[in-house]
Amino acid sequence: MGSRASTLLREEEIEEIKKETGFSHSQITRLYSRFTSLDKGENGTLSREDFQRIPELAINPLGDRIINAFFPEGEDQVNFRGFMRTLAHFRPIEDNEKNKDPIASEPLNSRSNKLLFAFRLYDLDRDDKISRDELLQVLRMMVGVNISDEQLGSIADRTIQEADQNGDNSISFNEFIKVGNVYILYIDIDIDI
Amino acid sequence: MTDLCEGGMEDLWSIAVVLLQVWFSVMIGFIMIPAMFGLSLGVTSVYIQILVKILEWATLRIERGHRERSTLPVPAPLPFGLIQREGGSMEQEMGELRRYRTQSISRGEFALSDSFYFYIKGLESIVDDQVTQRFSSEELVSWNLLTRTNHNFHYISLRLTIIWGLGVIIRYCVLFPLRITLAIIGLTWLVIGTTLVGFLPNNRLKNWLSELVHLMCYRICARGLSATIQYHNKENKPQKGGICVANHTSPIDIVILANDGCYAMVGQSHGGLMGVIQRSMVRSCPHVWFERSEMRDRNAVTSRLRAHVAAKTNLPILIFPEGTCINNTSVMMFKKGSFEIGGTIYPVAIKYDPRFGDAFWNSAKYNMVNYLLRMMTSWAIVVNVWYLPPMTRREGEDAAQFANRVKSAIAHQGGLLDMAWDGSLKRAKVKEEFKEQQQKMYSSMVMGKKAPANA
Repeated sequence: MGSRASTLLREEEIEEIKKETGFSHSQITRLYSRFTSLDKGENGTLSREDFQRIPELAINPLGDRIINAFFPEGEDQVNFRGFMRTLAHFRPIEDNEKNKDPIASEPLNSRSNKLLFAFRLYDLDRDDKISRDELLQVLRMMVGVNISDEQLGSIADRTIQEADQNGDNSISFNEFIKVGNVYILYIDIDIDI
Repeated sequence: MTDLCEGGMEDLWSIAVVLLQVWFSVMIGFIMIPAMFGLSLGVTSVYIQILVKILEWATLRIERGHRERSTLPVPAPLPFGLIQREGGSMEQEMGELRRYRTQSISRGEFALSDSFYFYIKGLESIVDDQVTQRFSSEELVSWNLLTRTNHNFHYISLRLTIIWGLGVIIRYCVLFPLRITLAIIGLTWLVIGTTLVGFLPNNRLKNWLSELVHLMCYRICARGLSATIQYHNKENKPQKGGICVANHTSPIDIVILANDGCYAMVGQSHGGLMGVIQRSMVRSCPHVWFERSEMRDRNAVTSRLRAHVAAKTNLPILIFPEGTCINNTSVMMFKKGSFEIGGTIYPVAIKYDPRFGDAFWNSAKYNMVNYLLRMMTSWAIVVNVWYLPPMTRREGEDAAQFANRVKSAIAHQGGLLDMAWDGSLKRAKVKEEFKEQQQKMYSSMVMGKKAPANA
């Protein structure tokens, strides 16, 4: 008569995930049910197709990028730990965390980690710079076929011009922070438990 | 030695025969005959009341157990989803995001933070989305003592376990054989009865007898599921020559609706047992069965249905415009084909009470036989059926808009969520156009033009 979901997820695992991500016990079990319901193959991992099956995600212009963020370099499957690790970036920053042990490593959902995550969604080749091409790629995904190449190019140029401070015609992480810092709290998912 | 054995065997045999006789007379006397005439001995309602009391006790006991056991809060199902979401449209939410911009960036142009909107929407849908949950069974507020609905419930107390064990015994050893027998009798009667009626010439007597036979059979089948059906607003019952549309949760919907009136069924002709039943049903009154090849030709389908509806003496046709089974928490897109036929639409809302048994047929997980077995080993089926006032297409309204109007009415009456998503997303991928729509909306924001009105 035990519970189906948590017999597959052991208490020790839940504790480890709690420490690593900061989610609460009930949030973790909830997200585990979500994970298993997406896992149609029932093999404990999610593939890209499993994510694509979510209609609201499939119609999102940046859907593919978001899905990619869950998969580590060159891998095609993500397990529950990896799933939670990625989602942990979007946990709202709580007040009581600000006074935590300063020696402990930075939590996944700190401001700079959130911004780094958003930065990496643009910077595909991980060279710590958003080049004009990378910017154009994301722009193209968001506008589809509705804006011409020249117009899109000039938008990209203007964006880089405004954000670039050291004149290398690309946006580094520090320059990105200056632009994105105000909005970063917007990327929070408030999981209701 | 052998004499004793033989004597013993004969005794056993005669006991078995007597038991069988008792069994059948109980069945026929107490269940079938009242069912055939629409009467009720009240046994089922007493049973339901007892069940409700037991389930309420179980709920309280589980809650108490949770409180005593740990400080963890009781995980409750969240009908509106896991996350707090902003409810706005793309325009509204992007607008908020852009409010923080400094004056130097002109309004309507791109900014690096615009992508954050899409990120957050995407991530929210990964954590919880409105669509995929409709294709699996609804989560219950509290456990209803069926193993199959056991998601997060732990061992609480000995008494609860005993009651659960008793429940298993009663459901599998007492109720299940009873229900199977009834179902078999009901279906056999349907085949025999309709074939017999089929021999009569087409006149009023035949129609009356045909209706009687159908009703009797469906009533027996309903007893075979311990179904308690409450019909509301019977004055709006579908009339001859009309089209009845309802939300679809399971194949049992047909039995539920046909308990109170006669309908002409629409569907694909099958082989095997279903085929036998279908062919005999057609002998006594016209149903509309399509060959598989015909179903692909939409015009042929529509014209056949139109012909059926035009003959005002034909029974109302029963259609489920969602096209697939949904889990009874929402109503998904109605396919407009049924609304192009013309005629009067009689909407019906069906809502199952999930405490007594999960009626949703998850056709990806269970096949029909498996599903029926699960139905017959649930506690009972408790349904509310609302007949809504008839609707016709308005001037200037096209079939899709009409379909949406009917869908909203049904969702509103049944307390279900009205969703625009297509039920066929259960199996198929979402169309590219929806993504293109989003891209278009965003593009017009970037170019500074006004976004289309219905965002």
